[in-house]
Amino acid sequence: MRVPRVTNLLEAKGLYAAYGETRVLHGIDFAIRQGGVTALLGANGAGKTTTLRAICGLVRTRGEITLGGKRIDGSATEDIVRLGVAHVPEGRGTFMELTVEENMRLGAYTRPAREATADFEHMFDYFPRLKERFKQQAGTLSGGEQQMLAIVRALLLRPRLLLLDEPSFGLAPLIVQEIFRILTRIRQDGGVSILLVEQNAALALEFAEDAYLLETGRVVMSGPSADISKDEGVRRSYLGY
Amino acid sequence: MLAGVIHQIMSGIATGGIYASVALALVMIYQATHHVNFAQGEMATFSTYIALTFINAGFPYWVAFAIAVVLSFGIGVTIERVLMRPLANAPVLASVGVFVGLLLIINSLSGWFFDYTIKQFPTPFPDRPMLGGYLSGHELGSTAVTLIVLLSVYLFFRHTRLGLAMRAAAFNATSSRLVGVRVGWMLALGWGLAAAIGAVAGCMVAPIVFLDPNMMAGILLYAFAGALLGGIDNPLGAVLGGFAVGVIENLGGAYLVGTELKLTLALVIIVTVLTIKPTGLMGRKVYSRV
Repeated sequence: MRVPRVTNLLEAKGLYAAYGETRVLHGIDFAIRQGGVTALLGANGAGKTTTLRAICGLVRTRGEITLGGKRIDGSATEDIVRLGVAHVPEGRGTFMELTVEENMRLGAYTRPAREATADFEHMFDYFPRLKERFKQQAGTLSGGEQQMLAIVRALLLRPRLLLLDEPSFGLAPLIVQEIFRILTRIRQDGGVSILLVEQNAALALEFAEDAYLLETGRVVMSGPSADISKDEGVRRSYLGY
Repeated sequence: MLAGVIHQIMSGIATGGIYASVALALVMIYQATHHVNFAQGEMATFSTYIALTFINAGFPYWVAFAIAVVLSFGIGVTIERVLMRPLANAPVLASVGVFVGLLLIINSLSGWFFDYTIKQFPTPFPDRPMLGGYLSGHELGSTAVTLIVLLSVYLFFRHTRLGLAMRAAAFNATSSRLVGVRVGWMLALGWGLAAAIGAVAGCMVAPIVFLDPNMMAGILLYAFAGALLGGIDNPLGAVLGGFAVGVIENLGGAYLVGTELKLTLALVIIVTVLTIKPTGLMGRKVYSRV
């Protein structure tokens, strides 16, 4: 019997990353399935954020990263973005001085303006609150609203791959729930694969199909989320029960 | 008496327009690099020489003017690409060193190519009093040109995609990269635009102060005072500050300190702003977490 080959959108092989002299990733391998959600788990300093930055070319790397079969390691961030990789960075990366509208226009910077404007309505459908705040300076938004804006900014790129760096960071539980409810919708609407970095391991394992566990720059465990959440060690160290 | 005051204010606004343009050029580069480009004035002087060269070669005034503006834009872009870009992550002193070096080099190049003698520079505007005698034709014309430049720059940054991308690149380089903005080129464009604005300012001020390699030295100080007064990180503030300094300088020169000590006023403004309100009247406070 022939098993249908699962295609990976992104693959990393022997990926090293360093900030100056400080090495953060020590040759990790991972893959993101087409259309799937993959979670990166691990403690502070394990290299989760650096992995996302490595994909986007924001940090010096060694090793191989392919997107849809095409090598992207060593490319400029601006070019990787144009291949359909959207990154919601740590700290949300809001353009505080600009309005919500301008933030959204920037999100669609690589696309024809008219097409993007049509997409705005679609985004307001996900996050109606941003419509109310459309003309407001982004720096005046609440943390949750800024997170929503960051996700919208990334989605307006029409990405193939969405990198989410701790979307729950610093937010009240209710807001986190709201954001993950919408992320679930975005995922059902299809077209985008997600790589999710989360401190909140329980949340991440529930949302993702596959997961990787990083410890000090190495992958120490990987597999379907369901299996990983059953692991004794993971439960004790990361899930807390 | 009153007519005299009005006259001083009006011509203060006219020279203030020049300061406002140069102040805007300073702010544009400051926002992107967090350094003051000391060479901005010398670049503008050089641009003015380019215009004069083409005028002397028989080109109509506005054609020579346009050529100078376009070439200056190219020079600005080139300076950023060649000199400033390698310094993107260098310590502050390295950038300051390059700015000072650039000032001296361009100043010397102006003298070398176009010699150090003081030259007359033509005005394209009619040489007669206007607005009931309060302003000369050149003052009125140059104010109009300055206002057109400032307005176009405003509209460009507010209402075009490229303008938005340039603002974004100045505010948050990483986030800009992540939406696909080519940040390096945006900085280069900023330099080009600043140089082009400087070229306009140089051509507009040269008929009044005459052209020599040090023409902009004093003007840069006034412009810097204006930028600081309004807020060095706020383009609108810097422009208003430039106009204010023009008026203060003219009134102070006429009624307070006399023309010889006018430049002192610029220094007084600089020192006062830096000691009392370093962010300027309209500047943003920058907090950094430790």
